[in-house]
Amino acid sequence: MIQFQNVSVVFKNRNKEIVAVRDTSFEIHKGEIFGIVGTSGAGKSTLLRTINLLQRPTSGRVIVNNRDITGLKGEELRKHRIQTGMIFQHFNLIHTKTVFENIAFAMKAAGKSREEIKKRVPEVLELVGLSDRASAYPSRLSGGQKQRVGIARAIANNPQILLCDEPTSALDLETTNSILELLKQINEKLGITTVIISHEMNVIKKICDRVAVMKDSEVVELGDVYDVFAAPKHSFTRQLVNHTLNLELPDRLFNEYGERLLKIVYRGERAEEPIISDTIKNFDVNLNILHGKIEYISDKPLGVLVVHIDGNSENVSRAERYISESVADLEVLYA
Amino acid sequence: MHRIGIQELFQNLTQAFSETLLMCGVSIGLAILLGVPLGLFIFITRKGLFWENKILNFLEGLLINVIRSTPFVILLVLLIPVTQWVVGTTIGPLAASVPLSVAAVAFFARLVENALCEVDRGVIEAASATGASAFMIIKDVLLAEALPGIIRGLTVTAISLVGYSAMAGIVGGGGVGDLAIRFGYYRYQTDVMIITVISLIVFVQLIQIVGDLIAKKADRR
Repeated sequence: MIQFQNVSVVFKNRNKEIVAVRDTSFEIHKGEIFGIVGTSGAGKSTLLRTINLLQRPTSGRVIVNNRDITGLKGEELRKHRIQTGMIFQHFNLIHTKTVFENIAFAMKAAGKSREEIKKRVPEVLELVGLSDRASAYPSRLSGGQKQRVGIARAIANNPQILLCDEPTSALDLETTNSILELLKQINEKLGITTVIISHEMNVIKKICDRVAVMKDSEVVELGDVYDVFAAPKHSFTRQLVNHTLNLELPDRLFNEYGERLLKIVYRGERAEEPIISDTIKNFDVNLNILHGKIEYISDKPLGVLVVHIDGNSENVSRAERYISESVADLEVLYA
Repeated sequence: MHRIGIQELFQNLTQAFSETLLMCGVSIGLAILLGVPLGLFIFITRKGLFWENKILNFLEGLLINVIRSTPFVILLVLLIPVTQWVVGTTIGPLAASVPLSVAAVAFFARLVENALCEVDRGVIEAASATGASAFMIIKDVLLAEALPGIIRGLTVTAISLVGYSAMAGIVGGGGVGDLAIRFGYYRYQTDVMIITVISLIVFVQLIQIVGDLIAKKADRR
C-alpha cells in the first residue's frame, strides 16, 4: 500500500545539513494500523509527512497504491491529498469555523456539492460520536472532542489512508484511550490503512498491528507489535519496551539479592504452563518472584517475571537451562 | 482678524467633519481594497508558504517601507503630480485623499501581514493536507482566521488617518484637524481649538469602540 524506497530527508540550515530521515525503506500493508515510534527528533513526523508530501523527500521514492507519488504537483497532488486523511497533535481546526464548517471545508476541497456535504457531515459526526456539536466552535470543545472533529474531517472524503501525527499526545490518559478506541473502530469499519506516530509505546501496544522503531533518523527495528514487545532486538527498543512494561526494579533489590536475578519472558500459550513450580520441584532450587506482569498485546498474552534463584550452583544452572528451554526468553539481570 | 462665534463654529465643524469623512472614507475604502491583497501577497510569498518568492517578497516589503518611512507631509507634496493625474486637481479634500490613500494602503498592508502571521501554521498545514486549493486556503483559512486581527488593524489605520488628514490643509483638503490648526493655532482661538480637539477625540473614540466591537464578534478563539 505505502512503500518507502530509500527515502531521505535533509534540511539545509544556513551552512549546516540536518538529516531528519536517512535512507529508509519499508512497506505498510493495506488495511493495517502501522505505528512509528521513537523519541522526539527521531524523524518520525518528517517520515509521515512524506506520505502526503507535506514534506518532500530529498531523495528516494514513496509509492502509494503502486504509484510513485514523490514528484506529484498541483492538481495531481491535491487529488492524492484528498485520498489521504490526516490528524494532528494539536488538532489544527479552523477556529473561526464551526464543527460543521470545518468538516465541510475538507469536502469542499474535494469538490463535493452542497447536498453531498449536508448529507455526509452528520454521518461522520455520528461515527465519531459528536452528533450534537455540529454548530459549536472549536473553542467550546474539549481536547478529546476537538480530536474527534479532526478525525471526522480526515475521513469525510472516504480516504484510503489515515495519517495520525501524535494524535493523543495532547490528551489525558482516559481521553487517549477513547481516541485510540475510535481510531481502531474506524480502521475496522472502513478498512482504512492507518499510520500512527507516537513517542509512547503504550499507544502502539494498544492498537497497532505492526511497528517501526525510529532512532536518530533511521528505522532500527520493524515487526509485529507482539514480536517487538516480546523479543525486542535493538537496545533502544528494549529500553522503550522496558519502560512500558514498567519493569524497573529498585536498586535496593540488586543489593539485597546479591546473587542471580533472572528475567523470564513468556509468550503466547506458554504463559499458562506451570514452569515455575515444575522448576522448584525438579531441581531443588528456591525461586522467589520479585516482579511480574502479564500484558495482552493484540489479544495475546505476554508474561514477564523477575525472579531470584537460589540453590547449589549445579542445580541452579540446570534449572536455568530448563527454564530457558521452556520459555521465550531468559535473561540474567544480575549474576 | 475675523473671530468665529459658536454658531459659525458649528457650521464650520459640520463642514470639516464631512471633509474628514470623505478623505478618511476614500482612503479606508482603498486601504481595504488594495491593502488586503497586498498584505496577503507579501505574506504568502514568505519562506515556507505556497507562493514562496524571495525577490517579490523583498521588493514589496521595500515598497511598503519606503512609503511608510516617508513623513506624510513630504508624501503629500511628492504625490502632487499623481494627484493631478488621478483627480484632475491638486486642491480640495478629494485631492488630499490620494496621498492619504497611498499612506493608508501601505500602512494597512503591513498590519494585514502581521495579522496573517498570527494564524496558526498548523491550521494552514492541516488545510493543505485536505488537498484544498490555494484559493480555498486563502479565503477559508488565512483571511477567516486573521479576520479579528485585520479588523483591529483597520481600526488602527482609520485612527491614524484621522491624524494624517489634519495635514491635508496644506493642499486645501480641509477637515477637522485643519480647522483646529487654522482657527485654534494660527488665530489664537483657544476655545475653538479645544472644541475641535474634543470632537476629534470623541470621533476617534467612536471608531475604536466600533472597531473593538466588530473584532470581538469575529474572534472565536
